[in-house]
Amino acid sequence: MPCLEANSNSIPPAAEMPLVEMSGIGKTFAGVRVLEDVRFELSPGEVHVLAGENGAGKSTLMKILCGVYPDYEGEIRLAGRPVRFKSPHDAFRHGIAVIHQEIALIPDLSVVDNIFLGREPVRRGGWLDRSGQRTKAREILDQLGLDLDERQPAGDFSVAIRQMIGIAKALTFAAEVIIMDEPTATLNGPEAERLFTLIARLKAQGRGIIYISHKMEEIYRLGDRATVLRDGRFINTARLPDLPEEEFIRWLVGRKLDQQFPPRRASPGATRLEVTGFPLPNPAGSRNNVGAGVTFRVAAGEILGFAGLQGSGNSELFHGLFGACGDEVGDSVMLDGRPFRSVSPAYSLRHGVALLTNDRKGNGLVPALSTARNITLAALKKFSPRGWLRPKSEQEAAATQRDALNIRVASLDQEVGELSGGNQQKVVLAKWLETAPKVLLLDEPTRGVDIGAKHEIYELMNRLTATGISILLITSEMPELLALADRILVMHRGRIVAEFDRTVATPEKIAHAAMGE
Amino acid sequence: MKSWFRHPFARAMAALALVLLLGFIFNADGAFFKWGTHSDMYRAISVYGILACGMTMVIIIGGIDLGVGSILGLSAVLFSLLAIRQGWPPWMAIPATLMAGAVCGLAAGGLIARFRVQPFIATLAMMVFARGLAKWISGGQKISTVIQKANGDFMNVPVPAVFDQLGAKILHGNLAVVTVIFLISIMVCWIILTKLRWGRFMYAIGGNEEAARLSGIPVWAMKLLAYGLSGLFCAVAGICQAAQELQGDPEAGVSYELTAIAIVVIGGTSLAGGRGGIGLTLLGALTIGYLEKILSINAVGEAARLMLTGVIIVGAVLFQRMRK
Repeated sequence: MPCLEANSNSIPPAAEMPLVEMSGIGKTFAGVRVLEDVRFELSPGEVHVLAGENGAGKSTLMKILCGVYPDYEGEIRLAGRPVRFKSPHDAFRHGIAVIHQEIALIPDLSVVDNIFLGREPVRRGGWLDRSGQRTKAREILDQLGLDLDERQPAGDFSVAIRQMIGIAKALTFAAEVIIMDEPTATLNGPEAERLFTLIARLKAQGRGIIYISHKMEEIYRLGDRATVLRDGRFINTARLPDLPEEEFIRWLVGRKLDQQFPPRRASPGATRLEVTGFPLPNPAGSRNNVGAGVTFRVAAGEILGFAGLQGSGNSELFHGLFGACGDEVGDSVMLDGRPFRSVSPAYSLRHGVALLTNDRKGNGLVPALSTARNITLAALKKFSPRGWLRPKSEQEAAATQRDALNIRVASLDQEVGELSGGNQQKVVLAKWLETAPKVLLLDEPTRGVDIGAKHEIYELMNRLTATGISILLITSEMPELLALADRILVMHRGRIVAEFDRTVATPEKIAHAAMGE
Repeated sequence: MKSWFRHPFARAMAALALVLLLGFIFNADGAFFKWGTHSDMYRAISVYGILACGMTMVIIIGGIDLGVGSILGLSAVLFSLLAIRQGWPPWMAIPATLMAGAVCGLAAGGLIARFRVQPFIATLAMMVFARGLAKWISGGQKISTVIQKANGDFMNVPVPAVFDQLGAKILHGNLAVVTVIFLISIMVCWIILTKLRWGRFMYAIGGNEEAARLSGIPVWAMKLLAYGLSGLFCAVAGICQAAQELQGDPEAGVSYELTAIAIVVIGGTSLAGGRGGIGLTLLGALTIGYLEKILSINAVGEAARLMLTGVIIVGAVLFQRMRK
């Protein structure tokens, strides 16, 4: 395995005393080992990229560094001195600041108030030192090249500016180490450029930046070194200019595609769903009519995989097709040769299209209802002729689904909120199967599900397609996508940019296409 | 605690039992053991209880209805106007009043369901509006059987029979008709919430509105239904109130919404929506009713009574929330 050879290389030495040194870091959650002997090092004036697939342990490692998890194994040294942070506040006082994806600013408070929130400088007697605050804030904003009125409410500014205000907030405490977690996920091109300029400035001031991103382009543009984690283990650290991109991607996704997936025998039938120039809804709910829209077709019994980075438009496409955004889209969708109008979830369910969203707590389950009632919820008309409920037939149907999907519950009357993640996910699946769908839209069907339940869901997908149900699948787990999908479409910025048959798809090809290359 | 105590019904029963125990101890020289005390309490709590029926559905669907007291007042005035002044027969006056109440509820529900106005705001507006409407159609006067003629003289019209019938007691004066109406309201809500598809939809919407919407549930129609039914129950309560007072008072029902909410919450229905039931509301009504009654037969002054009621409501709710 290439990563083992690479592993034997020593970490390229840093020019001077490292700002941060983490060594032998281990962490266990509820008996599950999520980090094992991980090391990481950050030098002053360096942008160090921390990379890895979802679940590789990046965020756990960063939460250890910034004091969220005070209970870990291993050692952290800050400028050579061993430290152990008890809380995020503690880490912050030692000069470690985190810039989150969604910056937590209070929109109605002014920029100054946000910058000093929670640690307002006070004069004697507890009076706020407002003029002092403003002077200090002005100084830092100037230093960042931010020309804005610091008295304006933070909510008036774009996400990019808010992110920079967040950085200004970090700098007021002389942060030496700044952790940026996918800072460009919500930014457009010019906004990202401003951020990159700012990062260059911070570098020049000798601060260390830990940069988490999935975007190859910016990783290579900004990064000095990169550390790759996979499955909670340290894979390697290398200087980015010396690291070929192919090698880097192999470190990231390099797991052997083993037999954790059941064999897939596809027998696609006639065309089931035909989508022509379908406009993607944008998150605000109105339709974003730029470009030609999305065009593809799915056969009966086929699993069509969708790959793409966060924000590529996959989930929006699914929501739009299901009618969750509520607008009519004309005749751009044909289901079994007849026009299908994505107007509302009720319409879609009546016509045999169901959507499993990627957020089962947020919009998949009703936690206060029993397992049986969640299973029958979307098909309740069947169990209530003329409006009167038939509890007995509900229980029978729920019991059938429980046995078919192997849902482990003490009783079908148990509240679904009390079940484990895997069982909850099976309940959501059972709910949609109860509507007798012809097309299943599955958005991250195995998110937050343990290995055993994952395997059962894969087998279920095989069984369903064998009966002629078409499945559209979004998954951010590359091995899952390669093992399950008969064909894979790759989306980038709301457009389909590549299509691969399962026989020719490789993680590298998909990763390249997903980054728009 | 035993596992049975985790069941909300058991906890509501425990709260009621606690209040009853108070009654046994402070029984005011045996007054608590007389049936008359109890039947009187049932009559007194019935109007509040009817309001609480509609309120239960609204709260289960994840909303709140502050308009119930005002709609009650409006209904009482309208019913008196129609039955006394206009001389409409009950089979016309009652449906007309019910319709008016339902329309008020639907108007608030429409604002909430269609225009996404927050339930608190929409029903607060309805509370103010309906009160104003009640004062406008009554000219600010109580609508009673005493009518001022054009020349300034007063004349008495006979009390319509329907007022006597609704305000009466049956079973040899042992049970008020309004109490029977309250129990029927409970039954209707019980059927809607547990036997009909509508009820399941209400729980689902209150439990997770977005999940309900994506499951194809007609969310806005169900909200209209819940608020419309709440308005309808307000009209029922308003008619009962007018029958008991033999007049339609435009000031009737002021602050009743708070009592109705207290009844629902003390029963154990969650203000967050999605959990609770009408059986709990019945227990809540009894709890609040007995509490009031026990304090009054022990001649606790009004000031102390209000303070004690406040303390006991908080106590009962905390007691119910206790786990393990």
